Amino acid sequence: MTRHIILDSETDFDGWRRAARALALNNVAPHDVVWRTSGNEPDLFTPAAAVLPDGPLVSTFNVPAQFIELSQASILHRDPQRFALLYRLLWRLRMNHDLLDIATDQDVIRIRDMVRAVRRDEHKMHAFVRFREIGRERDTHFIAWFEPEHHIVELAAPFFMRRFADMNWSILTPDICAHWNDDRLSFTPGVSRDEAPTEDRLEKVWRSYYASIFNPARLKVKAMQTEMPKKYWPNLPEASLVKSLIANAGRVSSEMIAAEATAPRKPQQREQPMARQPSAHDSLSSLREKAADCRACPLWKDATQTVFGEGPAHAQVMLVGEQPGDKEDLAGKPFVGPAGQMLDRALKEAGIDRTKVYVTNAVKHFKFVPRGKIRLHQKPNTAEIRACRPWYERELAVVNPALVVAMGSTAAQSVFGKITPINKSRGRLIDMKDGRKALVTVHPSYLLRLPDEDARAREYERFVDDLKIAATQMQRDRAA
Amino acid sequence: MNLQRKLEILADAAKYDASCASSGTELRDSRDGKGLGSTAPGMGICHSYAPDGRCISLLKVLLTNACNYDCLYCVNRASSNVPRARFTIDEVVRLTIDFYRRNYIEGLFLSSGIIRSADYTMEQVVAVARKLREEHRFRGYIHLKTIPEANDDLITEAGKYADRLSINIEMPEEDSLAKLAPEKDVRAIRRTMGRLRLKLDEAKEAKKADATARVRAPRFAPAGQTTQMIVGADAASDQTILSTSANLYGSYSLKRVYYSAFSPIPDASRALPLSAPPLMREHRLYQADWLMRFYGFDISEIVDATNPMLPLDIDPKLAWALRHRDRFPLDINRASREELLRVPGFGAKAVERILSARRYTSIRAADLSRLHVPRNKALPFIVLADHRPSPKVLESMTLAKQLKPKAMQLGFGF
Repeated sequence: MTRHIILDSETDFDGWRRAARALALNNVAPHDVVWRTSGNEPDLFTPAAAVLPDGPLVSTFNVPAQFIELSQASILHRDPQRFALLYRLLWRLRMNHDLLDIATDQDVIRIRDMVRAVRRDEHKMHAFVRFREIGRERDTHFIAWFEPEHHIVELAAPFFMRRFADMNWSILTPDICAHWNDDRLSFTPGVSRDEAPTEDRLEKVWRSYYASIFNPARLKVKAMQTEMPKKYWPNLPEASLVKSLIANAGRVSSEMIAAEATAPRKPQQREQPMARQPSAHDSLSSLREKAADCRACPLWKDATQTVFGEGPAHAQVMLVGEQPGDKEDLAGKPFVGPAGQMLDRALKEAGIDRTKVYVTNAVKHFKFVPRGKIRLHQKPNTAEIRACRPWYERELAVVNPALVVAMGSTAAQSVFGKITPINKSRGRLIDMKDGRKALVTVHPSYLLRLPDEDARAREYERFVDDLKIAATQMQRDRAA
Repeated sequence: MNLQRKLEILADAAKYDASCASSGTELRDSRDGKGLGSTAPGMGICHSYAPDGRCISLLKVLLTNACNYDCLYCVNRASSNVPRARFTIDEVVRLTIDFYRRNYIEGLFLSSGIIRSADYTMEQVVAVARKLREEHRFRGYIHLKTIPEANDDLITEAGKYADRLSINIEMPEEDSLAKLAPEKDVRAIRRTMGRLRLKLDEAKEAKKADATARVRAPRFAPAGQTTQMIVGADAASDQTILSTSANLYGSYSLKRVYYSAFSPIPDASRALPLSAPPLMREHRLYQADWLMRFYGFDISEIVDATNPMLPLDIDPKLAWALRHRDRFPLDINRASREELLRVPGFGAKAVERILSARRYTSIRAADLSRLHVPRNKALPFIVLADHRPSPKVLESMTLAKQLKPKAMQLGFGF
């Protein structure tokens, strides 16, 4: 027996849901149901109450949450088949709960296509509604005329409410009109185009913006029409220009290419960078400036900047690390990232004030390879360490510290001028040829890389112990 | 000069910046009735499209096209004879609000020629954003161009008002920048990108902590930073361009690198190629960029020393597949996500649909079009429940030729 279901309106989701539930519970097969909306009833029509199966609805059934979303959206589609399609899907879902995940199923494809069309129409309504202002200041009203493809006005209206809550507006359409007046959203029946205003004082300005932002040298008409289909053009004030812009594009751009070169507007007066007097003696700031342009090895290319040493010009102790890391490269300061925090903690524990020591790196550019959103640290090679060594030597000459602490193998290689194993040399003061003392220890980032917590605690202790040797030496020097 | 004429000059001056997106920012609205505007979730909204296929989402203008710099590729270079104009701060604010109320735009993208000094120029740009946000309580989208040498307080303030900040790297290599834009300093550009990244990270960290501590985190450009590279004004290869991109994405967590085909401009400099913009090359670069960011490709798989240029006639994924025929045919009903993403013609969405559907049913040749996969492109590389390409097809030397599109496809919208 065929049953006729009459829904209250084109967007009567609740009515559809009630009916579909009752039909399904009474095992009424999809091909036995005809769906209509009120006003489109068949001639010999039976009242709705009579067509729904009798009997109490004792059992219930579940549908995936996804189905509710899909049906709420697809019911707004203009296709008259949508109610029947949704009921067939519901019917099939009771037998196969996973049906919606089968992207190759014909019914699933159809429903998803409908949802996509509704969402797109909603999105295009957000984009292509054009308000026209009527009335005088303080009593203005913004009115738009729009012709949506699907039944989306109620769906799209809250967007305009959230955006334009401080003005009174109406969106008029042939099906239904939305209004925002005195902080209240309301809907009235559809009207004809004649009800809407035909112009706005800003449209001329908007059109000239549209014409000016267009680049005639790169015509892509198809790309434009895919995103802004012709059906929307009658309500877009700028669309009236499209034809002439396209027609003139070829001429305008070939004229730009063919145009004779004009004389430059004014003589090329470029400020010459002030020639700096080369100073006989390096100062830290002049060294820093010179190092900023260093290209002694290729590392400058990929890095952000030279990260020069930092600290008092005549510090007693100079700490030398390997190279700046990610954070240091961005900030332009040594030891400000995770290894820097580790160093700060250890220095404090060893009784050394970081602001009293000079901190620098053997290599002053960050060496890395990009991996998506991060940069993977790479160990500098001997050529790069050598290329950068003159900067260390000049820092050393200016700061003239009594003690140099080399942290890690790269630093040790630079400080001693040769590959120097850490474990054999660490933990004791080493006399240098120039009369300074040197101390070798690990690099703080080594501690960060240790996977095992016990080892990390143990190695941290050793690191602090090494720094304590430096602290003692500093005290001794000060006393002397 | 009337406002309309100024707008014509200053929009014309701004159109060579490809960036226009209004995406990726925080959600805001004006339901409280105390302000104007909202942001759109997700991809942003394009309110119109010009016949160049580009979306019009923001009012994209310069504050002034007077400029101290003489960058050869630029329509606004100091030595060009284009007409000059300058908006007042109020004019830009008024125009933004007037356009916004009529639903023409999502917000403002403001840039400027460098006048007087970096700080002065940045201050003017920030002043517009400040007025929109503080006086007019404008809650729409704001994108500000950042002037590389500007001082830190101005940059912090720019990030407070803007959704997105950008600095254009312009050229893929320092040498060409030095040649074509002698006043620009790639070091300063990179240092400022680094500064922005640190501020972005800081704001993100603070926001995370915000959930626990009840202090309001300082706001800094929630839609992040982007940059633009001009393609075809210098001799750089695609390999150079893409490695610069990879470096920039990794170093400064950029949301996007825009590629802008060098285009003839009014009163162009004769020192540069005057020809139609290399639109197909630009398109291939975007495809390669996508492969690196969303399809798990390493740059060395896309371009290398022997193939430094992307082919123009086929897309970079198909080119890769043709060079790696030994990896195919791939059984679609078994392959991993990573493998599926490497099949020519398979987009990220199609791969997700395949992964979901094949748990319940096996994929057949007829399903391909339902999954919006171009059949002819994919079939030689895949095995389906009812399809297996003959070994001859993959070995065939003419396969590349067969798969070339018949006509140039220029319809690629952004």
